[in-house]
Amino acid sequence: MDDLVREFLIESRESLDQLDLTLIELEKQSHDVETLASIFRTVHTIKGTAGFFGFTMLEELTHVGETLLGKLRDEGAEPTPEMISALLELGDALRAILETIENTGAEGAADYGDLAATLERLHAGEDAPEGSPDDSAEPENETVQEGVSLGSDAEPGADSANAPEDEGSSASNATSVTETASKTAEKTQASVAETTVRVDVSLLDSLMNQVGELVLARNQILQYTATASDPDFITTTQRLNLITSELQEGVMKTRMQPIGSVWSKFPRVVRDLSRTLQKDVSIEMEGEDTELDRTIIEAIKDPLTHIIRNAVDHGLERPADRLSAGKPSTGHLRLCAFHEGGQVNIVISDDGAGIDPEKVKAKAVERHVISEQQASRMSDREALGLIFAPGFSTASAVTNISGRGVGMDVVKTNIEKIGGSVDVQSSRGVGTTLRVKIPLTLAIIPALVVECGGESFAIPQVCLLELVRLEGEAASRAIETIHDIPVHRLRGKLLPLVWLGEQLKIAKRTPPSETGVLCMAVLQAENRQFGLIVDDIRDNQEIVVKPLGNILQGLSCFAGATIMGDGRVALIIDALGIAMKSGIVTETGEADAAEILKSADEERERSISSTYLLFELGESKRMATPLTSLSRIEEFEHSAIEYVGSRRVVQYRGSIMELLSLADFLGVDGAEPDPDLPLQVLAYTDGERFLGFLVGSILDIVEAPTELDSSDCANGITGVAIMQGKVTQVVDLQSLFETAARRTQEPVTCS
Amino acid sequence: MQLMAQNGVERYCTFYLDGGYYGIDVACVQEVLRHHVMTRIPLAPDHISGLINLRGQIVTAIDLRTGLGLERRPSGLDAMNVVIRHEGDVASLLVDEIDDVITVGRESYESPPTSLTGKTRELIRAVHKLEANLLLVFDVEKVFECARIERQRGNERATNEVHTTQ
Repeated sequence: MDDLVREFLIESRESLDQLDLTLIELEKQSHDVETLASIFRTVHTIKGTAGFFGFTMLEELTHVGETLLGKLRDEGAEPTPEMISALLELGDALRAILETIENTGAEGAADYGDLAATLERLHAGEDAPEGSPDDSAEPENETVQEGVSLGSDAEPGADSANAPEDEGSSASNATSVTETASKTAEKTQASVAETTVRVDVSLLDSLMNQVGELVLARNQILQYTATASDPDFITTTQRLNLITSELQEGVMKTRMQPIGSVWSKFPRVVRDLSRTLQKDVSIEMEGEDTELDRTIIEAIKDPLTHIIRNAVDHGLERPADRLSAGKPSTGHLRLCAFHEGGQVNIVISDDGAGIDPEKVKAKAVERHVISEQQASRMSDREALGLIFAPGFSTASAVTNISGRGVGMDVVKTNIEKIGGSVDVQSSRGVGTTLRVKIPLTLAIIPALVVECGGESFAIPQVCLLELVRLEGEAASRAIETIHDIPVHRLRGKLLPLVWLGEQLKIAKRTPPSETGVLCMAVLQAENRQFGLIVDDIRDNQEIVVKPLGNILQGLSCFAGATIMGDGRVALIIDALGIAMKSGIVTETGEADAAEILKSADEERERSISSTYLLFELGESKRMATPLTSLSRIEEFEHSAIEYVGSRRVVQYRGSIMELLSLADFLGVDGAEPDPDLPLQVLAYTDGERFLGFLVGSILDIVEAPTELDSSDCANGITGVAIMQGKVTQVVDLQSLFETAARRTQEPVTCS
Repeated sequence: MQLMAQNGVERYCTFYLDGGYYGIDVACVQEVLRHHVMTRIPLAPDHISGLINLRGQIVTAIDLRTGLGLERRPSGLDAMNVVIRHEGDVASLLVDEIDDVITVGRESYESPPTSLTGKTRELIRAVHKLEANLLLVFDVEKVFECARIERQRGNERATNEVHTTQ
């Protein structure tokens, strides 16, 4: 295809996306001259170029649209919703024609006579169609003649005077106003275009590869520097080092796109949907310029659209219901995106009716997602989580918009597939909030590097739950068998075991009694957990994921490959593939109702019991804290403590962490720390600053019910429970942290 | 053959495999490399030797000796890499020794004898009668096709496992 035509297609498609947005803008503020002028310009540009290439159908359609727009702009007529709809339809029709041109090189034979007739009719100011659409074909031909001559005109503002309806002198004032407006707008547009360049994505990908290689070469040179003595050589390598790092960062940035490129479609989706459902919905977007890797942008497009459709369809009420509930008739949908902790957060909230947990439970029971007993034991929060269960849909009526049973579970799987998570919060009558967290990029993922049979393998952190390393006596007792199926007791639960070397046929199973060590990575695949036994656990690394290529697509045990620091290739383990190969997970299709029930049961069990860290303050003062609330467990030598005034602090991860004695803080007696032993510290962070709580000694990690006997709760103590046969107080580190933050007037700041 | 139909000549990158003389259309050869460090791929069939890192791109290495059912390369003889590209796929062919790029005409062409069997018959698309020896020409598309690994299924233990858990 001609390069010029391709350029035209790309440009037109972009401006059509913009057209949708501006049309909806127009509907809100009908008299905005600037907006109208910009829509007019878009349509006019397409018309002009289409005329130049001889795409008559495209030209005819844009011309009719342009005439209607010209009337709106110059006569200051109020655009009716019908007009907006017709213009949106025009956008769709243009898009369809552009696609045909892209595929076949010609406009195709689709008939848009009806649309043209509607636009003509609206232009003429008639309310109902007069005559059949075919009648309009003739006058249309006449206008086309004019359109061609207009197409060569470069200044869109000027030719509005030529439009048939605008010949009256009364319109000339309005024309001159819009002319200046469109001129300034065009200037700013031109300057943006001058500073951007269109680049093929595959070029960026290959640049990325080459920069990766450059980084490896740099690393090797840096190793020589360690033994070199020539000062010139050392300074040059230092410069090389800096430049390479900056280059790498720069190339990474080129692959980023603002999330707004997906969001720009949503106002249209919401508008169309709310009109069909006769609802009144306004959409607000914040943080459109939050940047994400383009692969992620692609991956979240569908899930986000589904969430939005759901919110409009199920979440927001009809205007009448809203008014009777004391809310404004217009429903409000808010999208917000921001970066946090190396991840992108997308929050979608509506001020609709909220989700009724009882209804959800009833539906889940009806759909056999859970049993009635399970439902009765479920908390509201757990019930909300059910909307993500497979085969669940809350809409009582199956509409063509949403409610076909494949709903939120698909959203959840798709988001989890890219290493993200989704969480729902809802309060009845106030609204629902969905929180989606996704990684910045798919190309680079955190992974654990393990060794097996002399080779290195990478395991993505997404499927990794924990690492277990047992030595000596513990290692040789770790494995038991049930009919030759090896299992391990992990905190009282049986965990099936899989030998990586055996599955990959690269090494024999060696009993840990021979090696004396057992290294196990606990992985999760399709709600099943299993222990993957490897020879050695090496390191956590950020790895660049590379595809295996077509030849190796059939290898289900590997998700891709990566290049290690020494330039060697390492394969990335696919947890699900290994689980299927070893029979831990059977093929997805075989999952029956019992299976779903079971996994729901397990899920529930997991949520009613929590993992606690058990520790001692002093003699027989046993305490516990939920493991999830803890950021890390650290050990510090006494010499590491420094003082700021009377406060004890340590240097921690590049900042300063204050240490507080938990015993003093709770006002209980605790033994003085033994000066010969390192200090045991529970580190807590709110994401910004750290606080360390000094405890006596760490005892164990235990499973205990989440529900506590809360009759004895006081400052920072949430309740008591029996753990390992002894009464144990459970402390809430978060509330302690908050109290501490309030106490210290001047907080210890992070550098 | 498409090319030959036009002007009657074709250019081949030629190499040796276990004493035999072979060639591949030079248009699809990206580059020729010396021996490269390779990462073996567990569970892959014998003719897939491993993965090499070609300036940041991961390329699958195909052992043509195994592919043709020839004897294994003796240890000590390092394989050379002929990196080929076809419809977006990239692979590296492991060969014993690189020879040259030669131009052959229509007059030396002959279709492979029907008595050729097995993989060889699929992979070889033409024979050229040269003065000193015979040049066997690989069909690039078939090389990729034969190398492709079919999707693996969960193994037989999967069924046993179901019985024990129920």
